[in-house]
Formats: sequence, structure tokens, C-alpha cells
Amino acid sequence: MSTAKAFAATRAEGRAALVGYLPAGFPTVEGSIEALKAMVDAGCDIIEVGLPYSDPVMDGPTIQAAAHQALEGGVHTTDVLRTVEAVAATGTPTVVMTYWNPIERYGVDRFAADLASAGGAGLITPDLTPDSGPEWIAAADARDLDKIFLIAPSSTDERLAMTTAACRGFVYATAVMGVTGARASTSELAGPLVARARRTLEEQGSDLAIGVGLGVSNGQQAAEVASYADAVIVGSAFVRTLLDAQGDRAVGLAALRALTEDLAGGVRRA
Amino acid sequence: MSGTTIEGSYGEFGGRFMPEALIAELDRLTAVWHEAMADADFIGEFDRMLREYAGVPSLLYDATRLSEVAGARILLKREDLNHTGAHKIRNVLGQALLAKRMGKTRMIAETGAGQHGVATATAAAYLGLDCVVYMGELDTKRQALNVARMRLLGAEVRAVASGSRTLKDAINEAIRDWVASVEHTAYCFGTAAGPHPFPAMVRDFCRGIGDEARAQCLERTGTLPDVVTACVGGGSNAIGLFTAFLDDADVRIVGFEAGGEGVDTPRHAATITAGEVGVLHGARTYVLQDADGQTIESHSISAGLDYPGVGPEHAHLAKTGRAEYRPITDTEAMDALALLARTEGIICAIESAHAVAGALKLAKEAPGSTILVNLSGRGDKDMETTTTWFGLGDPAETISSEAAR
Repeated sequence: MSTAKAFAATRAEGRAALVGYLPAGFPTVEGSIEALKAMVDAGCDIIEVGLPYSDPVMDGPTIQAAAHQALEGGVHTTDVLRTVEAVAATGTPTVVMTYWNPIERYGVDRFAADLASAGGAGLITPDLTPDSGPEWIAAADARDLDKIFLIAPSSTDERLAMTTAACRGFVYATAVMGVTGARASTSELAGPLVARARRTLEEQGSDLAIGVGLGVSNGQQAAEVASYADAVIVGSAFVRTLLDAQGDRAVGLAALRALTEDLAGGVRRA
Repeated sequence: MSGTTIEGSYGEFGGRFMPEALIAELDRLTAVWHEAMADADFIGEFDRMLREYAGVPSLLYDATRLSEVAGARILLKREDLNHTGAHKIRNVLGQALLAKRMGKTRMIAETGAGQHGVATATAAAYLGLDCVVYMGELDTKRQALNVARMRLLGAEVRAVASGSRTLKDAINEAIRDWVASVEHTAYCFGTAAGPHPFPAMVRDFCRGIGDEARAQCLERTGTLPDVVTACVGGGSNAIGLFTAFLDDADVRIVGFEAGGEGVDTPRHAATITAGEVGVLHGARTYVLQDADGQTIESHSISAGLDYPGVGPEHAHLAKTGRAEYRPITDTEAMDALALLARTEGIICAIESAHAVAGALKLAKEAPGSTILVNLSGRGDKDMETTTTWFGLGDPAETISSEAAR
């Protein structure tokens, strides 16, 4: 089930999609499934399940802390697939966000097969660019999985074109030059990047959706980003609600719901 | 012979597994590096800095008393005598000069033992660049002297408290800094690992070790050594030595990894010996990892070898058989360190002691051969570890531990 399904729906409603991220196994495997389902209920259009990794170079302290907690709790790659299966069963397109080594270790083709049979939509690969990922591209193409590569404000025109041409599902635009984490104000680099990507996609005859991630933490920021992007991607702010709840499940879920509703309101206000 | 086919790949190893945000900069760095290496002015300036500032070429020293004990002729390439006390100065002067060429005003670095951090802080002071060094919290404690040296040199040392709080986490944190600061900041990578162009660039800045040693050996002995050896963590000193000998088919090449408490225990850093192929810090190479591909924390008594990955060219040389890689335990390294100190009056770094210990083994296997060892660093920085290991702080304890040997 490609994320294209979600974009068809949100485009019909004339709004941007809300993409919500949590790492699998945080705070526990069952806890993350419950939390992700709560995010679906409260208004996320697409879910990103993070695969916790020991060396997350693109993540700031918040997601590092959650991934660390998940790994300490003994989460395995198979638990990530189980989480995807449970969330995808809600009918909401569900992708995995992962650093590359765990996929290579699991077996690229085997992972693609197991992800597809779990009902997963595809992969977001923060440290795998299309020119370094022929094996993943082949495995994803064989199963119609979404290949969501990142573009950055520093991407050259050539790389931007190469990357958007390789994406399926959506293009992930990193709004800032930096790591994940909530920021006080939205980035001034994101708008121009999305505009460049949009022009490039038009030249390629594609209407692929463009999502913007890194830094969004509230409805107002979501509304700003939704004014020019097809999707607003939120990670650290969701993780933060659960970290702040310090193990109190009811408090954490309530905060998660409240944040989702705020953000879902934002993408509808733009 | 080094097997570089596509740029940045070494057989199946190497490559560039990095966030898109950094790719444009890595491309730019690659272009500027190529251009600089073809520029006589750049090479001239690099050579001048090495000669007039770093004390290079380092001596090749005939370790006759150690050789007598070992039963083979052991030649030591005295990189421990370089300015800042290790081979690392070669790499940082090259990268700092490139940083200036690229118009950068700030350098960041990761460090394990602190040698690369001290070298980077030194080069930054020498060339007038701001400097921030990331160091695992655990290593800042093991290497407090080097932290003080970096601070004295004007660098800011940031202790990294995430993950295993050692070298790999310092690299993670430096990459995070670089993603946000790339416009004005150069990442002075400390070893011949990481994404392209670092493995090749660091090798080229360090290859003077082998080029000099090869010429010095020919001049001294009239022939090439039978074996060249070095310790291997990430592998910059080793690739710096090995490169000059890759095409000398008769010269055996052996790298010594940190075997820690033994490769049959979980506490070691013998990546090629006991790791499996994976991707770490931007390159495909051998990695200490679990069944899910999570990096396993390495262990070595030597902070500079305490790294769960290894440079991709070493992975390739191991795979093709051109070089061999063998583990040396903490105990073997420390015994060799003491033996070298007592036979030659040289206190080497614990990293380098792994190569000395390896040479002693090779000597037993091939008595009478000539073994060239890269003595990559000096041991002052390790005196706290050494004092504890040998019980040197307490005279009574020292005597009993010596009696036990």
C-alpha cells in the first residue's frame, strides 16, 4: 500500500498530509504500536516507524534517547516489521525510516519481501542516497515499495534531479542543514528547496508529493509548512511527549493525541 | 595494486553511505583535494610544513637490543618522534591546508586516544583555524592529559555522552555538527575510514611514512624488509606504511588489530579478524555488529584502537590476501611495551605496542628476517593506564608484579 494512496486523499481535500514518526520499541514494542495507533486515530495520514540504530548520525538528542531506550529494551528488526504490520492494518500507509546497515544485515531482498508482506509501504533511507543504493532500488521496484530518498538545501541541481527521479511515494525534503529535533521557528531554507524540487519534478513530468521534515513541533509551524509542501513530517515532537510522560502510559498517550490533533489542525488550516 | 576501481571503492568495500546534506560537500572536498594534489605549490607547502614544523622525515631506527631478544632484525619507523608524538600530524597538516584552501574558518575532529584531537588542535593553532574536538566521555577520562593539551592549544573539547561514549560516538557527534556547520567548517577526519574521499585522502597524506621507510630501509640495508607491520584501529598509520610496499610482491604486509581480552571474548576491537561486512560511518567495511546490524561496542586497552570498524582499503587488502590482519591481546601489547622500554629506552604508545608485539611473534615464526615496524606514537599519553597495568605507582606492587612475570 503506497503512500500515494494517502496523497490522493489529502490532495482531494486540498490539504497537506501529516506524517508522524516514532521508533519501534519505544517505550516498548507494544507501547509503540499503541502509540502509533493513537497517532492514526488522532489524525496522522502516514506513519513512519523508526528502526532504532546504534549510530544514528542524522538524529538529535530526542530521537537518540528514544532509540537508545528501544535498543536497551531489546528491540529487533523483526519487532519493527511486527510494528509495521500492526499499524498498516489500520489502513494507514506505513513506512519504515532506517539507517542502512540493519537492512543490509537483514538482507536487502529479504527485508523488502518481509516489509511487503507486513503491509508496509516502503522505506525512508537517511544515509542511503540513490547512487549508493542500487540493490535497494531493485528490491523495492520488484515489490512496488516506496523509495523515499532525502533532498537537502545543499543538494546540487544534478543531485536533486537524480534523487527526485529515483523516489516513489514522496520526496523527503530536509528543511534545515542539521539533525532531527524540534526547533523554535520553521526554516527559511525549506520553502526554496521545495520550490526547486517542484520545478525539477515538473520537468520530469512527475507530480510526486514533497514532504518536509526536521524541526516542526506544533500546529502553527505545521500550517506554515503545509502552505507550500504536500506533507508535514513530525518526529522529535512526538517522541518528546512520550519521553516527558516518563513512563506514565495514560499521560503519554493523551499528550500524543493532543499534539497530533494540533498538527492535524495545522495541515488543514494552511 | 591498491585495487581502487570506481573512485572511492576498494573492491566490494568503501563507498559513500552518508546523508544527502553532506554529499555536495564531500564532492567538493574530493574535487579540491584532487586539484591540490596536482598543484606543486600545495605539495611544496605540505612538504615544507612536515619538514620544518613536524620533524618529518622521521628516523628509521635499528633496534639492535630488541632484535637480539626477538631473534630477527627489527627496524622501527620512529613516528613517535614527530611533533605531537604520532603519525597523526601528517594527516592533520594536509587536511588543515586543504581547509584553508577551501576557505574554511573552523575545523572539527573526533578523537579516541586524543592523539588525533591534539594533532588537529595543533594544526588549527598553527594555521589560525577555530577548532572543536569531539571525544567520548569515557576517553576523556582515560586520556585526561590529552584533553588538557587540546585545551591549552585553544581547542574546545566536547565530551560525548551518547552511546558507548567512545570513538564511534565521537564520530557520530562530529558528523551531526558537520551537517549543521558544513558551510564554514571542515571535518578533519582522523583515520583512513569513513566516506569517500576520506580513506584515500588520509592515506595519501600519511603515505610519507611508507615512502620514507622504504627508501630508508634500502639505504640502510641495501634491500627491502621481509615484512612491514603496523597496528590497525581505523588504520591510518598502517595504510600510510603499507601503501609504499603494495607493489613489492616479496614484502609481506601484516596489520595487528586490538585483540583486547581475546577474540574469543566479547571484549576486543579485532574488526577484520572477528567482524562481518557492513556499513559504518559512511563506508562498507568489516564491522563488529550483532545479528540485527547494531554496532557492538569494542574494547581495547588502547583508546586509539578501540573502534568497531576499520578503513575500507584494509578490508579489501585482507579480502584479497595482499595483507594479513592478526589480533594482539591487551596483555601481549603491554608486555611488548615494557620490553621495548627496557631494551631500547623507548616508551611507545599502547597502540604502537600492538605492532611491536606482532613483530615479536613474526620474529619467532621467521627467525633472522627483517621486520619493519611502524612505531606510530609515543607513550606519554598512556602513562596512567601503564602505571595502573604494571602497578608502577606503588613500589611494593611493582616488585611483586615483576616477580610474577
